[in-house]
Amino acid sequence: MNYQFQFQDVFAAWPLLLQGTWMTIQLSLTATVLGLAVAIVGAWAKTSGPQPLRWVVNAYIELIRNTPFLVQLFFFFFALPALGLRWSAHAAALVAMVVNLGAYATEIIRAGIESIPRGQIEAGLALNMKRHQVFRFIILKPALKAIYPALTSQFILLMLSSAVVSAISADDLTSVAANLQSQTFRSFEIYIVVAGIYFLLALAFSGLFRLVYQLALNYPDRR
Amino acid sequence: MRTFGYPDLLFIIEAARWTIGLSLIAFIGGTIGGLLVALGRIAESRLARGAATVFVQVFQGTPLLLQLFLIFFGFPVLGIDVNPWVAAGVALILNTSAFLGEIWRGCIQAIPRGQWEAAEALGLHYVAKMRDVVLPQASKIALAPTVGYMVQVIKGTSLAAIIGFTEVTRAGQIVNNATFQPLIVFSLVAAIYFVLCWPLSLLAARMERRQARALAR
Repeated sequence: MNYQFQFQDVFAAWPLLLQGTWMTIQLSLTATVLGLAVAIVGAWAKTSGPQPLRWVVNAYIELIRNTPFLVQLFFFFFALPALGLRWSAHAAALVAMVVNLGAYATEIIRAGIESIPRGQIEAGLALNMKRHQVFRFIILKPALKAIYPALTSQFILLMLSSAVVSAISADDLTSVAANLQSQTFRSFEIYIVVAGIYFLLALAFSGLFRLVYQLALNYPDRR
Repeated sequence: MRTFGYPDLLFIIEAARWTIGLSLIAFIGGTIGGLLVALGRIAESRLARGAATVFVQVFQGTPLLLQLFLIFFGFPVLGIDVNPWVAAGVALILNTSAFLGEIWRGCIQAIPRGQWEAAEALGLHYVAKMRDVVLPQASKIALAPTVGYMVQVIKGTSLAAIIGFTEVTRAGQIVNNATFQPLIVFSLVAAIYFVLCWPLSLLAARMERRQARALAR
């Protein structure tokens, strides 16, 4: 094997790679914020909504969790325009990510809410705490602490699986890599570098999440 | 352009055997790899621990799609010929090994220290300790999450479509390009995955509940 590695073409394209990286971060963060909003509504519906709504939410969760993200992406990108809704690859990718994360995060948040013993809520009310105080100090903070690890690793999974949106050319980091590949034919070098960027992103975000945990959530449990 | 007909339906459904085949390859290969990774992660040798840790970090920290691209587009450049079967198989096996390995490491470490110490006190050497004491107990805990992970493996095989491997998703793309009826086509594709995955999800959830009850007793 006497292959000459040539990284200069790849590194010469650094503004494109940087832009793609930024798009991937932006897409993942936006999808997470919107997906969490979906999940909060979903978790409320599952724990205390009316029965028909619970069925709907359950069907949504099972459907999303048991089909591949790529197929969901194709559905939003190809099938909805056929119904008359025209939109960009970027919008389709974002919506697919929101819908996907929403299903997983609903289950995580529901588990967090259910992890709070009823007795503690009743105790708070018995101590004459206001409803919003009960919510903030007895439900929200401990629930957040309980689900924080699952939620943050779900974010990293989402960011990594967002590479799939390049299948519809949604201008993310992997799309940039695919374009570069077809121009320079240095596939091995490009995919190594891009995989490295994803790796660094995953490391950076998990470090950041750990820092936030240490600063904001690392108080002793008293149960 | 033609309309979506019975042959198209059959074509997509028949492609399911490649999805199932690829899933089985990934799962069987990943079981062997995962066991090695799990044992490596808890090994006494620093070298084995380090190698297993790097392996897990790399495969859990990068997108599966890029792992697939690296093998499919990268290796031919190095002079090694790979067809979509090999690329998809190798990428999925490596990826599954990393994830199953981490799941199983957790299960092995969940076995109480006393069990390990007892095995050592009985003079059992490494193989006997693992084979007769630790792994049988760990495999009980591991069963539910492993079944649950199979769903991820099946869904992961859909990425092989992007490198041109004709499994269910790629079959859907082909039919969609010919008929342009994406609503029917991708609903059908999603339904096939759902039929494959949902029973496994239900089974995993049931096993988990049963285990939780057994532990609560």
